[in-house]
Amino acid sequence: MLALNRKLYRDLWKIKGQALAISMVIGVGVLMFIMYLSAFDSLQITRSEYYERQRFGHVFASLKRAPLALRNQIAAIPGVSQAEPRVVVDVQMQVAGVSEPATARLVSVPMDRRPSVNDIALVKGRFIEAGRANEVIASENFVEANELEIGDSVRVVLNGRLRDLEIVGVGLSPEYIYTIRPGELIPDDRRFGVFWMERRALAAAFDMEGGFNDVSLLLMPQTRPEEVIATLDALLEPYGGWGAIPRALQLSHWSVENELQGIQVAGFAIPAVFLAVAVFLLHVVLHRIVAVQREQVATLKALGYPNRTIAAHYTWWGLAISVAGTILGTVLGAALGRSLMAIYNQYYRFPSLEYHLDARVVAGAVLIGVAAAILGANSAVRQAVRLQPAEAMRPLPPAKYRPSLAERLGLQALLSQAARIILRNIERQPGRSMITVGGIACSLGILILGIFMIDSIDLMLDVQFAKAQRHDVQLTFAEPVSPGGIHELQRMPGVILAEPVRSVPARLRSAHRERQLAITGLPAASHLYRVIDVRTMESVHLPENGLVLTSGLAEILDVQAGDTVSVEVLVGNRPVRQVAVRGVVQQFMGLAAYMEINALRRLLREGPTLSAGYLTVDTAQLAALLRKVKLTPAVAGTGLKAAVLESFNETFGQNLGTMIFFNVLFASIIAFGVVYNAARVSLAERSRELASLRVMGFTRREISAILLGELGVLALLALPLGLLAGYGLSSLVVKALQTELYALPFTANPQTYAWCALTILGATAISGLIVRRKLDHLDLLEVLKAKE
Amino acid sequence: MSGPESTVQPVFEARGLTKTYDMGEVQVHALRGVDLRLQASEFLVLLGPSGSGKSTLLNILGGLDTPTSGSVRYRGGNLSGAGDSVRTQYRRNHVGFVFQFYNLIPSLTARENVALVTEITKDPMTPPEALQMVGLEERMDHFPAQLSGGEQQRVAIARAIAKRPDVLLCDEPTGALDIRTGIVVLEAIERINRDLGTATAVITHNAAVASMADRVVHLLDGRITDENRISTKTPARDLRW
Repeated sequence: MLALNRKLYRDLWKIKGQALAISMVIGVGVLMFIMYLSAFDSLQITRSEYYERQRFGHVFASLKRAPLALRNQIAAIPGVSQAEPRVVVDVQMQVAGVSEPATARLVSVPMDRRPSVNDIALVKGRFIEAGRANEVIASENFVEANELEIGDSVRVVLNGRLRDLEIVGVGLSPEYIYTIRPGELIPDDRRFGVFWMERRALAAAFDMEGGFNDVSLLLMPQTRPEEVIATLDALLEPYGGWGAIPRALQLSHWSVENELQGIQVAGFAIPAVFLAVAVFLLHVVLHRIVAVQREQVATLKALGYPNRTIAAHYTWWGLAISVAGTILGTVLGAALGRSLMAIYNQYYRFPSLEYHLDARVVAGAVLIGVAAAILGANSAVRQAVRLQPAEAMRPLPPAKYRPSLAERLGLQALLSQAARIILRNIERQPGRSMITVGGIACSLGILILGIFMIDSIDLMLDVQFAKAQRHDVQLTFAEPVSPGGIHELQRMPGVILAEPVRSVPARLRSAHRERQLAITGLPAASHLYRVIDVRTMESVHLPENGLVLTSGLAEILDVQAGDTVSVEVLVGNRPVRQVAVRGVVQQFMGLAAYMEINALRRLLREGPTLSAGYLTVDTAQLAALLRKVKLTPAVAGTGLKAAVLESFNETFGQNLGTMIFFNVLFASIIAFGVVYNAARVSLAERSRELASLRVMGFTRREISAILLGELGVLALLALPLGLLAGYGLSSLVVKALQTELYALPFTANPQTYAWCALTILGATAISGLIVRRKLDHLDLLEVLKAKE
Repeated sequence: MSGPESTVQPVFEARGLTKTYDMGEVQVHALRGVDLRLQASEFLVLLGPSGSGKSTLLNILGGLDTPTSGSVRYRGGNLSGAGDSVRTQYRRNHVGFVFQFYNLIPSLTARENVALVTEITKDPMTPPEALQMVGLEERMDHFPAQLSGGEQQRVAIARAIAKRPDVLLCDEPTGALDIRTGIVVLEAIERINRDLGTATAVITHNAAVASMADRVVHLLDGRITDENRISTKTPARDLRW
């Protein structure tokens, strides 16, 4: 080993604590980079292979009923390569051991061939055999959530009759990577399952013989889905088409896509913060090293070492620290990336979710590690190169100090000597003080960023499930039911209050802008389903006529209160009417259009119909109600608020603890790296000064107060900045995650902020105490003897 | 030495050297017109009180610093106008430096401090050879902190001569040492000059050291005030101060 490299190695060993602290900050940055981007790659690759293999559709359409003969016309649309007509219906289901009713989505499968679009990936068991009307393939998430086995049965209501369906296979489909019941917020695998069954049996039960109510298309390469959709919509319109959607709006695809974008953003943004902090830490520490070694640099120059060798030497300091962190970060990042995939597998179902760690991602990590080292070392390297050897041989003049701002303002009488030393020192090196403040602020910002989402989700759940939806049970009818419906609901066991909902699929248009969604009709003073405006958290009284839109929808249509939109109802005889927009509300859940229920009925020219009912129920009689509901064929779906929340908390709660643990750990690593290095550098620079004070009779406590007091002042200055940084970063993330369907609220819960600030202060205090132990062992004579 | 002095090309030839430092509002004139020659194998002592400009002169001769005006020629080549990389090469291949405070790299052992030089020069001695010349072969694997001041200075001398330099420049080599260890160090320098024929310039404010030189130059306030040849050199071990 060259002598210069030995020097590097031994010098680094001497500052191992500091080097390790910086390595860890870089390591965490690299870890996040590897973890997120490898998860991104893994999901992306798995998904695209899955889509390819199972022929996931490009265009999806639902309709009331069309004859199968229409398939040829659909297949003949230019650009369409495959068209798969199906029967898809949601029915009530009973699962042994589950008291609440569940919803089954039944999807028809042709018997003579595999589906040409959205093929099933069989995980276990076998395919349905032709002629066995009671055999089904069940979705894996449902089977696992209910601990079912091949051979078990579920009981469904088919066209008014109870039928037992035997699970002969367990399968997955690219259509249901993310499975959620329509209209729900949160997946509930126990109470929602997808079942594939023989087409004939399903068609017979729902009057679909020779017909279909759903079609998926595969397109030829380079075909624009919009053009196909326009033609398809025109073809399906006479048959009650509800408007086709491209793959981009398909619920499962859309959710996975959103998640992918989220982790990609996180994979670049979060490591950037860690690496920026690491660059600053390297800058401070290496600057100090070159200052300490200025005579060594001068000697090396006197010995004839050229500048590039000296530059390389100090760059290697940075590289060694960074490479150690990069290696550690890469190994741990790959391990955590794998675990992250396991967590994703709870939400996103793939036949096999394989972990890919692409060489490009590792190369990227190495590149950013090297870049951080070079950037961090840059200023120290230049300082070493600039150093004039003749000058560096002479001792440094005493550092320049001046009275601090507080003193210049005439407050010196209020300041003790120790306070003056602290303040003058902070002011003497404003750059370094700012780096310390900035670093601590970053750690607090990162912590808040990691934690705020818990508050946001809490708030969202509170608004959605306590303020807006105040029912216990939601019953959805297969078809809108007639006037008597509400009274029947009222008479069911245990029902305290029942309110009707009428919702109808429609296409809203304003000029060339349009959007297709369900208009929800509610009683003007609804108790159980309130329209909450999150700006005021008050419920909105629905006007006697006209629409109330969410701000997201108003934006898409480019309308505001007072404008008129054209409403094309997508059922019945499809009336088109002009309706005034009476109000715009802001909600967390993206797109919705509300109308007073009677106004909507008038628009539809129908009597007091309802498509769903919201109930509050006496809990003692809930079981009786559910038994009754299971026997009511008109009910297609039952939603139990408590069950949904419970199942959400189960999954989310498991991951929450892990999430908090890592966030606190990673943020503390930044705080520790910043404070420990700042303290060590100050200690190294000022050990003479502090030892002199000890010789003069200052106690250990007093000199600790001078050194650590400075850090304390900086940490306190950093807190408000950190809170701001956290606020800023979080609102950026909220913006980045915002989609038209879903806007995570950004909430500033004071307890959370206080808790985060205390955590960072704690990490600061611990690093200070570690340095204090060094201070206690200050060798007075040695320090005073040594030549500066 | 054979032949008249004027026919032998000097190792160094400095003419009209001045050096001015800007110290904020005041200008410090460290050198005010110095002419100096150093011959091959010559042992020169530069004597003067602190602030007389000796170190500045030595630094300029060694290529660590450049003069404000005047010229330095090394073996006929112009050094004063040379850029940093030429001066670096010059230091690397031709000059051995010894400083008052030794300037060893604390994280390297004696042997490794010498290796620092032998690794980057052509045809050097081995570190053990160089350390043997200063009598430190027994302590090669000690770190600077484990060596006495005199030993550290001898390591610095070994490091300076390991490259077989043309010229050895010593800035107050005994300044931080007591008389006994100072003499051991001076003996080492004397031996190098005698055995290797290395032109040597030693800066000191200690007049006693002057009697071991071939020639003594007195500096005061940036000027040469006096210059004399020593006819009978005193061996270093007989010096007293």
